Amino acid sequence: MTRASGRFESFPLRARVAVRTAWVLNAVSRRLGRGEGTVVGGSVALMIDGNLLRELTADREVALVSGTNGKTTTTKLLVAALQRGSSVPVVTNSTGSNMPAGHLGALIDADSGAPAVLEVDEGYLKEVLDASRAKVVVLLNLSRDQLDRTNEVRMMAERWRQALRSAARRDGSGETSVVVANADDPLVVYAAEGSANVVWVAGGQRWRADSTGCPKCGGRVVYNETPEVTGDSFDPPWACACGFVSPEPEAWIVEDTTSRGASVVFKGGQELKMELLLPGRFNYSNAMMALLGARVFGVSPSSAASAMAEIGEVAGRYSTRVIGGVSTRCLLAKNPAGWTELLELVSGAGGPIVIGINAKVADGQDPSWLWDVEFESLKGRTVVATGERCWDLAVRLRYAGVDHQVCPDPVEALRAGRELELRRDACVEFIGNYTVFHDVVADSGGSNC
Amino acid sequence: MLRVVVVHPDLLGTYGDGGNALVLVARARWRGVEAELVQAPSHVKLPEGDIYCLGGGEDGPQERSARILREEGSLKASLDDRGVLLAVCAGFQIAGNEFPGVGGESVGGLGVFDAVTTRGVGKRAVGEVLVEPSDELPIPLLTGFENHRGVTQLGSNTRALGTVVRGTGNSRESCSEGAVSGRAIGTYLHGPVLARNPALADLLLEWALGDRGVLGPIDDSEVEKLRDERIASFRRRKTGLFGCRFSNA
Ligand SMILES: [Zn+2]
Repeated sequence: MTRASGRFESFPLRARVAVRTAWVLNAVSRRLGRGEGTVVGGSVALMIDGNLLRELTADREVALVSGTNGKTTTTKLLVAALQRGSSVPVVTNSTGSNMPAGHLGALIDADSGAPAVLEVDEGYLKEVLDASRAKVVVLLNLSRDQLDRTNEVRMMAERWRQALRSAARRDGSGETSVVVANADDPLVVYAAEGSANVVWVAGGQRWRADSTGCPKCGGRVVYNETPEVTGDSFDPPWACACGFVSPEPEAWIVEDTTSRGASVVFKGGQELKMELLLPGRFNYSNAMMALLGARVFGVSPSSAASAMAEIGEVAGRYSTRVIGGVSTRCLLAKNPAGWTELLELVSGAGGPIVIGINAKVADGQDPSWLWDVEFESLKGRTVVATGERCWDLAVRLRYAGVDHQVCPDPVEALRAGRELELRRDACVEFIGNYTVFHDVVADSGGSNC
Repeated sequence: MLRVVVVHPDLLGTYGDGGNALVLVARARWRGVEAELVQAPSHVKLPEGDIYCLGGGEDGPQERSARILREEGSLKASLDDRGVLLAVCAGFQIAGNEFPGVGGESVGGLGVFDAVTTRGVGKRAVGEVLVEPSDELPIPLLTGFENHRGVTQLGSNTRALGTVVRGTGNSRESCSEGAVSGRAIGTYLHGPVLARNPALADLLLEWALGDRGVLGPIDDSEVEKLRDERIASFRRRKTGLFGCRFSNA
């Protein structure tokens, strides 16, 4: 606690009081066994000094990561990459605390001058960007998520656009944030196009239902399913008649069909092979976004790629562990866009699938989004529905024509999944939304198999 | 052949309401009635159908959809003839006489329901809803989830779909939810509403089929479990089944 205290002496009195209070609260919280306690300390510190985020980011370089899906994973990948270029530990917020209180909680205990990578809730991007004057902002995607408590997705794109515009204007010094933005998502392009310094990346977004309406004119965004990738001129994968069109990306992913992994291809023609432990094409996209963010910090792409290759799980996600005696791969999906990616991922593996749905506040209390997910693709698989809203899921699966069992208790559901499967060695795929995933994985005690 | 048309899924498809059409088609087929589901995006001419489904959506797309449907005129004509309508949330507002546009100004609707929607003050109405259906509708309690700011006043020519038991519905003052006019039903309930209320789905199918088909019983045991669980969730909160005027949860 004393290692970094000296630097706070230069802070205004209010900030010093806020920092010290947060330290005490964090220490107490840890002693009581309430985990990292960073949110408690951060919340109180924020109440004492509303400008504290500005003070605590003034002496360091900051990267922000935001988007509906993949931000926890991309944050972790970017931390790993930046660690290669930093002699002190890179600061980052712990999972599930991606609002300013969580950012403060992490920064209060950080080394002076250490770079920070902050995962930012979509709704707080403007606030955190204004305070931190981030060096890099990584924008992954925007899609419907928890409509009962968050803004509609177009409104979110508009707020991002305003935030990034004012960020571009603020600095006359040439020090504007570099925005690494997903060119495949029209809502992200709408948000980022007004920014002075954008690196466009083809980060993928298979879910399109939120961006078939043009964010600019309300007209129709037309997707070109087979854009020409070999020609000299850029063939945009989407465009609207009003002139709003996919910008040309500086990097994209080419999957390797003959071996593991995939390559990042840069516009100049260079290729960089990546072999991640994390599964799924979407994670290669996340890694590419992180790689381009790390490049702005001076970390070479090859160095970033080798660092990211060592990440095997993200807060329990993608981990394989024994839960209630059942070998289980743990996956998290909480909205239709996330489900679209995971359905493709599990289509490659043959094991039984256990799906857990809760509808607590953190999950969103309206699970009608289940009807936006193409569960029809699970026909023929062994499927068990679990969680507090297992009956909503069961009804959805019935109408999708997917045979299934219902087992409200998640661990019992894993056992049922194993019993139902003929091939007894198959790993159970568990896909849960936020709180049911947390319950299952936290209770497993982290026994990887 | 029974044709279920999802109207403008590109504009009015935000809250899983596309599921209503899946439910209608499946429940027809399970009874041996040939049925097809047609997605009708806003850039193509609206096809003829037996049942039309309008879903929820954001303000801009809602206004655009209403403008296209008014200019085309074919949906209103089909409903005046023999078409059946299920209109949910933003779609319900479109099917009324007028609703608030993006800038708050009044936008003309289709006039299927004698109903006027204005922008409510204060918090959005968000949460679980229970509705006691009107006496003339042979269906049990309706369960769903609402998420809207609009306040809808019914005129004298349109009845409510039901009385709010829990939740907000058309407005905090009226205790009414949704609308029924001829063979058109409007509601604020998502869920999707037909997934949670199979009797309402079958009612729409009966209206559409007339004497073309008979709907035999099917296994709804999972839906019954879901309905029991949803209705019990109010009791779990120890608030009981009060009338809507107590329900500003
Ligand atoms: Zn356009």
